[in-house]
Amino acid sequence: MADVAIERNAAPRTARKRASLRTALKRKSTAAFLMTLPLILLISLLVIYPAFYSLHLATLNKSMQRFIGLGNFQFLFKRETFWLVVEQSCIFAITAVFFKALIGFIVAHFVHNIPAKGQRKWRGMLLVPWVIPPAMSTLAWLWLFDPSYSAFNYLLAGVGVDRIPWTGETGWARFSVILVNIWFGAPFFMIMYLASLKSVPDQLYEAAAIDGANWWQRIWYVTLPMMRNIIAITTLFSVIVTFANFDIVRILTAGGPLDRTHVFATWAFRIGIEGGDIPLGASVSLFMVPILAIAAVFILRDINKRGNES
Amino acid sequence: MTSTVVIDKAAPTRPVKLRSMSRDRTWALRWSYFFLTLFAVFALVPPLYMVITSLKTSAEISAATNPWWVYHPTLSNYVELLTSNQFLTFFRNSALVSIFVVTITMLISVPAAFALARMRFWGSATLATGVFLTYLIPETLLFLPLFKMFVAFGDLTGIQLINKWYVLLVIYPTLTVPFCTWIMIGYFASIPKELDEAAIIDGASWFQTLTRIFIPVALPGLIAATIFAFTVSWAQFLYPLVFTTSTDQLVLPVGIVTTLIKGDVFAWGQIMTGALLGAAPPLIIYAFLMDYYIAGLTAGATKG
Repeated sequence: MADVAIERNAAPRTARKRASLRTALKRKSTAAFLMTLPLILLISLLVIYPAFYSLHLATLNKSMQRFIGLGNFQFLFKRETFWLVVEQSCIFAITAVFFKALIGFIVAHFVHNIPAKGQRKWRGMLLVPWVIPPAMSTLAWLWLFDPSYSAFNYLLAGVGVDRIPWTGETGWARFSVILVNIWFGAPFFMIMYLASLKSVPDQLYEAAAIDGANWWQRIWYVTLPMMRNIIAITTLFSVIVTFANFDIVRILTAGGPLDRTHVFATWAFRIGIEGGDIPLGASVSLFMVPILAIAAVFILRDINKRGNES
Repeated sequence: MTSTVVIDKAAPTRPVKLRSMSRDRTWALRWSYFFLTLFAVFALVPPLYMVITSLKTSAEISAATNPWWVYHPTLSNYVELLTSNQFLTFFRNSALVSIFVVTITMLISVPAAFALARMRFWGSATLATGVFLTYLIPETLLFLPLFKMFVAFGDLTGIQLINKWYVLLVIYPTLTVPFCTWIMIGYFASIPKELDEAAIIDGASWFQTLTRIFIPVALPGLIAATIFAFTVSWAQFLYPLVFTTSTDQLVLPVGIVTTLIKGDVFAWGQIMTGALLGAAPPLIIYAFLMDYYIAGLTAGATKG
């Protein structure tokens, strides 16, 4: 090895070095490009192209023969169901994300509080809802909410509460889909917050304790500022995923009763696949874009900030 | 501040205060366990109820007994499902799709992540950000244009991909590749530069650096990415619901939802058994590889 290096040094090096550098650079970038080519093809053909194609689809009529401009949107704005879907999507996403974040935060603290030896076991149990495929676990909830055999109603009857129409009445059905979503998503928040809680240095808490901070002040002035970035990123992630949720609503209520629990994704499916009106369905799903775009911009900013800090 | 501490240390009240602090601590611990138990019950009730129902006969399910207890446990639901050709077809389709998708994902994302993490080239930074953004695009936005595209593709070339399980091999990578590439970029970037410089000096090619240095060193990340790709493709519900309809082409989640729910109330024993068997592979992987699973989960936001 050493010999080679010396020989190279001895040779008229500037020219040779530059030439070899250039060929190496050339070879390297070609190789790099070839290695990323499948990724670029996949993303451009199956993600970016369909994304723009749906913009085009949204301007066609039902049989996809004729260009009707913004006709689909005009039609949607006049339908009452559309506004119900907008309302329900917002209620669903905001409530579910808020409670997922809150429960995740509380549970993460409790897990962090107990001796390190037992933490693994508790964390393992509490993450189970996130591991089960949502389509499968929603079936279990559907059975727990069954109108005539609901196991929850059996327990409630034991304490003298009347039978609850979990998925049969607008208010309760909205509550049920949100509850299942919280059940499924809170463990994700818990695991993220727990990871970030562990990275808060103990000295900060010791210093706060010496200054006489109570538990509330410790959370407000030490924990929250230290976790701010993770909380922001996790919440924004969850906003995207919850807003675009399909499985839970589809299986639990299929949008019922009377379209009161439809969110954008399930309504787009109902119109586009079951109703056969692909352009109108595509227009419905396009309404998710603004909120997703805002969330994505903030996530990107936070992730870049994080990258610069470390 | 220091003076307070010193006075505190010298004061005779110190032991008393210590005891009260430790008592606080004990109570905090008790409350923690109490609430953790509450949350664990909340988390585990649906899966446990799946197990309870799966052990019951239809007669017991329809009887007006306590639904939370099994009076006559039976494995007949399991036997029935595991000997039913239809269910085994669903299982086979799911397994094939997941295994192929994991392979395809790794073949695409590992070289791409290596190139993006180590070989700076024109547009590589933009591409890395773009990969991350793609991960944020939900499938519910793309299923209609994709469906239309595959119909048009079939009309154009005569190759009918709709309603064949292998169409999912083309579509699922859009869900798995961006995230796997993103976390592999993070893992690869954390490998010290000296390591691959040493390999290059020893005469290794780029390919050898990847297979001999990067893949072995970043193995935990690779396992985490593999688990992610597997669980995503096993759990995916929307795409198979849209793209496959014949019963012999369905994957497990869609198969259970569309064929077992027949409006017959008393099929719930079988539905719960099917759901449990469908949840089993991810749960088993999770039970054995929990640390990798969690590493993959948290990597998305903590790396990069």
